[in-house]
Amino acid sequence: MKDSVLEVKNLVTKFKSADGLLPAVRGASFSVKKGETLCIVGESGCGKSITALSIMGLLPSNGSITEGSISFNNKNLASMSPKEMQKLRGNDVSMIFQEPMTALNPVFTVGFQIREPLMIHQKLSKKQAHARGIELLKMVGIPSPAERMNQFPHELSGGMRQRVMIAIALSCNPSLLIADEPTTALDVTIQAQIIDLLNDLKEELDMSMIMITHDMGVVAEIADRVIVMYAGEVIEEGRVEEIFENPQHPYTKGLLSSVPNVDDPDFELKPIAGSMPMLNEKISGCRFHPRCPHAFDKCFSDSPKTFSVTDKQNVRCWLQEEVGQNGGRRASSL
Amino acid sequence: MAVDEQVLYSVKNVKKHFPVKGGLLQRVKSHVKAVDGITLDIYKGETLGVVGESGCGKSTLGRTILGLESLTEGELVFNGNNISKYSARQLKPFKKEMQMIFQDPYASLNPKQRIGDALEEALIIHTQLSAQKRREKVIQLLNEVGLKEEHYERYPHEFSGGQRQRIGIARAISINPSFIVCDEPVSALDVSVQAQVIKLLKDLQEKHALTYLFVSHDLGVVRHLCNRVLVMYLGQMVELAPVEKLYENPTHPYTEALLSAIPRPAVGRKRERIRLTGDLPSPSDPPTGCPFHTRCPIAKDHCATEKPVWREIDAGHFIACHER
Repeated sequence: MKDSVLEVKNLVTKFKSADGLLPAVRGASFSVKKGETLCIVGESGCGKSITALSIMGLLPSNGSITEGSISFNNKNLASMSPKEMQKLRGNDVSMIFQEPMTALNPVFTVGFQIREPLMIHQKLSKKQAHARGIELLKMVGIPSPAERMNQFPHELSGGMRQRVMIAIALSCNPSLLIADEPTTALDVTIQAQIIDLLNDLKEELDMSMIMITHDMGVVAEIADRVIVMYAGEVIEEGRVEEIFENPQHPYTKGLLSSVPNVDDPDFELKPIAGSMPMLNEKISGCRFHPRCPHAFDKCFSDSPKTFSVTDKQNVRCWLQEEVGQNGGRRASSL
Repeated sequence: MAVDEQVLYSVKNVKKHFPVKGGLLQRVKSHVKAVDGITLDIYKGETLGVVGESGCGKSTLGRTILGLESLTEGELVFNGNNISKYSARQLKPFKKEMQMIFQDPYASLNPKQRIGDALEEALIIHTQLSAQKRREKVIQLLNEVGLKEEHYERYPHEFSGGQRQRIGIARAISINPSFIVCDEPVSALDVSVQAQVIKLLKDLQEKHALTYLFVSHDLGVVRHLCNRVLVMYLGQMVELAPVEKLYENPTHPYTEALLSAIPRPAVGRKRERIRLTGDLPSPSDPPTGCPFHTRCPIAKDHCATEKPVWREIDAGHFIACHER
């Protein structure tokens, strides 16, 4: 793909622990095109945040990328030195975190923190950076931005802090923005404001975005394409319509029917039994098979291959092989 | 869930104000009006949802109803007994009837206490069962919430979030209460586990004829679980209605905005969202008149000065708004 901004191939990230090297991401591959929003969906422990941190080069000291490549605008991030990464981070790729209070420094003013990347990466003078900072705060919809520049993070509400984070992340016009659960800590009315803001800004600045979330509602609002992760693996990927209207993997289906529908009074909850396996759990075959209602012999012994459903939708599940043999797509009521 | 119209718990004009201290002498400067005049009847066997954004006082309401916070003003009438001025000794038999399930199951369990012992504690205080009988009862409780006998000897850190919440539920139902306050019981859990716990709460309610006060910010879960819903804003009641009426016909502009703000897990249907500007005002300095007028899209001049009255607009459907 020529126009892809980011291409991750067979990424494996492992963590040193008392039990040896534990893989948190087990061979994830995906790409992000220019101007596209990719959502990574999954529950806690599925490796979605670690994937993002691997791209950013921000893994904790006991974690490292052991296999695979991350190519960003034809540069391999996985083999870059920390110094080179520092130049890239905040300038070409930037990130928004879940909890804006912990991501902002409490002892510096908003103005200081928004000027910092501009002065380091864009080599602006303090005065220029200040003026640009005010512009940025205005862009993310903060009222009276000039006064806000002199305030400290604790003086702002949660929604305002997240807007400041977005302003800082966008300050150097990155070509890729990674947002890790940016609305999870916020109330619904504020969440709606932030989602609208991100959608508008993405259009305006023509950047690519990776949105990490566990909320299927947020995915539907913002994604162009979706990848679903489970226990460190990408188990399904496709366009957002395909994932919602024709999900193939039993886990994706389970996720969709675990969220009570606000608009449907007769919605029947169908929970997935069990819970996400621990990193050190050894599971043979498909990692989802202990929780899967359709698991058969092959799932217990062999790790599933990736099957194509359409040209954009791929699934890692042995059930798809049967489809191929029977010469037609199985009913979606699996 | 059969709801008869028998009132289990009557909450009358309940207020809970927290003092804010400051200055050199730490004098009380002002009050945070966390709960500011709530009047409700909770019916036997129903699930009453309480929704609102963070800081609206929904959790404080739950805690105040259970007597975990002292009352600033108002009356609590449980099963015909006005318990608002009871002493600790007088309250004991009532405490047996009311329990709570907390949001963070890890923070509500003692990390150094085995699960079996944690579950046994309430039985020691409230029943005269022998040690042998208590152990049997605890194992029966573990089974009831989907855990196993072998979990009796384990410590909280050995469990996943979903399992811990099951322990929290087992502890709440251990002495057969009739009324349980669930304070965001599923919001700390992953979606697939969340659905399991919701199902468990539903099954237990049917089996033990429980009455729930379900505090949540998740409107999807509330629709799925509740019979009636109360919407709160800055410590005050905004709208109260049977669940169908509230979701199909939300009348207060705040309820409308709240419902339209939820991201729907479906593609293709682009809905027009009601955009609320600004944030929740501080509860220590609430706006005059209608508390919502600063963010309300249909506010008129008199909303800023006159407080709207609580009125019934349809059977069982109450709102506080001048304009609707």
